[in-house]
Amino acid sequence: MAQVTLRKLVKMYDEVQAVRGIDLDIADKEFIVLVGPSGCGKSTTLRMIAGLEEINSGDIAIGGHIVNDVPPKDRDIAMVFQNYALYPHMNVYENMSFGLKLKRTPKDVIDGRVKQAAQILDITELLDRKPKQLSGGQRQRVAMGRAIVRDPKVFLFDEPLSNLDAKLRVQMRTEIKKVHQKVRTTTVYVTHDQVEAMTLADRVVVMNAGLIEQVGTPNELYHTPATKFVAGFIGSPAMNFLKCSLEQAAGALRVRVSDTLSFPVPADRTQRYTPHVGKANLLLGLRPEHITETRRHTEPNQHDFDMKIDVVEPMGMETLVYFSVGGVELCGRVNPNAGAAEATSMKLLADLNNMHLIDDATGKVL
Amino acid sequence: MANIAAGTVRDVAGDNRSGLTKFMQRKSTIAFLMALPLLVLIFSLVAYPAGYAVYLAMLNKGMTRFVGFANFTFLFSRETFWMVVWQSCLFAITAVMFKAIIGFIVAHFVHNIPSKGQRKWRGMLLVPWVIPPAMSTLSWLWLFDPSYSAFNWLLQPLGIGPIPWIGETGWARFSVILVNVWIGAPFFMIMYLAALKSVPEQLYEAAAIDGATWWQRIWFVTLPMMRNIIAITALFSTIVTFANFDIVRVLTKGDPLNTTHVFATWAFRIGIEGNDIPLGATVSLFMVPILAVAAVFILRDITKRGSEV
Amino acid sequence: MTDTAIRAGAAGPKYGSMSRDRRWALRWSYFFLVLFAIFFLTPPIYMFITSLKTSAEISAEINPWWVFNPTLGNYIELLTQDTFLRFFRNSAIVSILVVTITMAISVVAAFALARMKFWGSATLATGVFLTYLIPETLLFIPLFKMFAWVNETLGIQLMNNWWTMIILYPTLTVPFCTWIMIGYFASIPKELDEAALIDGATWTQTLTKIFIPVALPGIIAATIFAFTVSWAQFLYPLAFTTSTSELVLPVGIVTTLIKGDVFNWGQIMAGALLGAAPPLIIYAFLMDYYIAGLTAGATKG
Repeated sequence: MAQVTLRKLVKMYDEVQAVRGIDLDIADKEFIVLVGPSGCGKSTTLRMIAGLEEINSGDIAIGGHIVNDVPPKDRDIAMVFQNYALYPHMNVYENMSFGLKLKRTPKDVIDGRVKQAAQILDITELLDRKPKQLSGGQRQRVAMGRAIVRDPKVFLFDEPLSNLDAKLRVQMRTEIKKVHQKVRTTTVYVTHDQVEAMTLADRVVVMNAGLIEQVGTPNELYHTPATKFVAGFIGSPAMNFLKCSLEQAAGALRVRVSDTLSFPVPADRTQRYTPHVGKANLLLGLRPEHITETRRHTEPNQHDFDMKIDVVEPMGMETLVYFSVGGVELCGRVNPNAGAAEATSMKLLADLNNMHLIDDATGKVL
Repeated sequence: MANIAAGTVRDVAGDNRSGLTKFMQRKSTIAFLMALPLLVLIFSLVAYPAGYAVYLAMLNKGMTRFVGFANFTFLFSRETFWMVVWQSCLFAITAVMFKAIIGFIVAHFVHNIPSKGQRKWRGMLLVPWVIPPAMSTLSWLWLFDPSYSAFNWLLQPLGIGPIPWIGETGWARFSVILVNVWIGAPFFMIMYLAALKSVPEQLYEAAAIDGATWWQRIWFVTLPMMRNIIAITALFSTIVTFANFDIVRVLTKGDPLNTTHVFATWAFRIGIEGNDIPLGATVSLFMVPILAVAAVFILRDITKRGSEV
Repeated sequence: MTDTAIRAGAAGPKYGSMSRDRRWALRWSYFFLVLFAIFFLTPPIYMFITSLKTSAEISAEINPWWVFNPTLGNYIELLTQDTFLRFFRNSAIVSILVVTITMAISVVAAFALARMKFWGSATLATGVFLTYLIPETLLFIPLFKMFAWVNETLGIQLMNNWWTMIILYPTLTVPFCTWIMIGYFASIPKELDEAALIDGATWTQTLTKIFIPVALPGIIAATIFAFTVSWAQFLYPLAFTTSTSELVLPVGIVTTLIKGDVFNWGQIMAGALLGAAPPLIIYAFLMDYYIAGLTAGATKG
């Protein structure tokens, strides 16, 4: 029983609103990731849950109890910090047991819990080392160990992987997921890295400018983003946005991106898009993976077009091609064997089944 | 879409949240209590006396009557006072300048040699700063002794001297400055050395590739990079040198004929030994303008650095 | 392409001259360093030389830079003299107590100012630094008068008492020590006290169990600073103490060993060297901390 509930949560620093009234329900045992660009209020939200920041208005409940006024130590939470915040003068064992010792937990209980946590994290042989003698990944484990030992209702992670190098980050990501599967504690995880968010989360909360843009499973966010911000934030390389207009012709819709280039809108979306015909400020959103080389068998709603390629970036398993339409640079992902070459023309295939139509005035995906 | 006007939720901010707020308030109270001994100390033994000095300076010698600026005008009319002003400024400016130059040169040489030996040299060269000034000045006093000066013994075969190191105004002023430079230069050396270490090696490499000579490297790379440390060290030193007491007191006691007095020693002579507390306070107050100017510059640097954090 | 490669090869001999330049630069560096070392070390060495001489040898017309008949007589005489031992005792007690008081006040205050933040704490931190810039030469005269007032109204005689220094010296040490401790505490990542807060530590526990151990190098540096300042302080004891039994070492040596015209230089130098010994010994063993404390004031914070 440790769901976390945020109600109309507001945090202000002087005149600036860091968090502008957010609502969120986190289920028991759920792994929630708060993701967003820096300054979006995700860390502030986490710190408010931890009790490290006062809240200006709204409520936070942990396990059904409102904890607005409860000091951090009594909230029954554990936190893993970006720089790990290990006590440098204590060894690993002391680091992990410090909180329990302050609570006057019996020695044998402490010992049992520390050993167990060490086993889960595979750091048993490091217990009498000082943090200075540990590698980044090991420090990360100890920081998690310190959290596990306390057996809290909620784990809070504040960008725990951003100090690690790329390879280790991937490894520790898996590690965190494994630990969560073992201990099944409700977890709130903050990161600016959308890959981390997608891979770890049961549900992802995308935040921007102090507000929640969208809450959903990784797949929901990827396939049906609710706003332009989410559409552009999730996925790498980012989604292409093109100014466009909707034209109605003989019962069918066409989305026109330039004088020479337009695509027919898939039939199943005709009804949804019809009210927007003639609107200004429309954007066509198409992910790079949906602009490919031409295939022998095209599905319905896939349309090819000729483009002059500006830049080619081979990635190994795929090749990124850049071209521009109406002054906007677009990116496509093609097969390395498709023969893409700079400054030459190439036939590309746009998969309109995965198109998004966005009203740029409201930022909403239509 | 996230364009809700900032401030719409501000009104609810004032609403009453007991626990955590109380926790935070208690934090402030505890913090204040923790800083209280410091506050008491500073106010009773630094701030209050400093203000009291101003009041004292406006009393007559018996401290029975308020005389306004009479002490100040009296000082202005005395030749000795102007001599002390002149000597204090000469002493501080020359000493700080030479300390800065020698410190810079020595720091450079230490920085030049292989880092293995640097610790040893640094340790040796800082010794003058470590010895209590009153003690080391005693050894200078003995080196300058009118009849047994070891320096004069060395100079004699060269046909120089005997030099009246502390017996004649010009030489005495030189000696006082020399001792101050001797004590203070190592401090500059240490500060500059720390600054030199913080200049990234790549900058020198870049300068070398650009074809800079060693002199140009110092002028265009080292000095600009160290500007901050140079300035703040010089300011610190100006304050300490301007308010110096020990060296002059031990070496010359202001003699010959009060020509080597600085504000501090003259204030001591008048206020404590001459039993004229108001006039002594008045003399010491003349240190304030220079100290204030230096303090303002230092504070500006510190707040600037504070805001960068 | 090949053209540049050949040119790079041709630069080979020039490389050799570069290293010759460096060798010369090194030689010059050592030469000047020796010169400066002589300048910086002559007085203490001469102090030592003289301290080993008899009065007769000092007044003789011989090379003053050499000891012909070394003797420890000066040291023995001083160390068996009650007055000198009294000076030493006064200095030792004053310095140790001042260091203790200083560290107690400044570590606690620095923690409050650096971490707990209360109304006006930032201003106070700057104020503390400002106090450090007020020299004692500005304060001794008003303090002189204040002590007289205390004696009149409270009946406590602060004048001519060695323990008065225990009250006075902290004004010289506390501001700077607080300032460098603020710097050291500020360099401890904020997450560390947040972690402690979540672990359930009180403020006192955070200070004693986390901050003091972590900032130990800074505390050692500040302690050394406080000790050397109180050991070397000259003006306050000169102004406020007169009886031989109440003097501390620097003032004692300067005022009692220099007797009128009868200069007993062997003994004076021995005394001065003994007076310089404690800071020198601490410096010899804890040089890195000493230097850290020295540079902290301007480079930290």
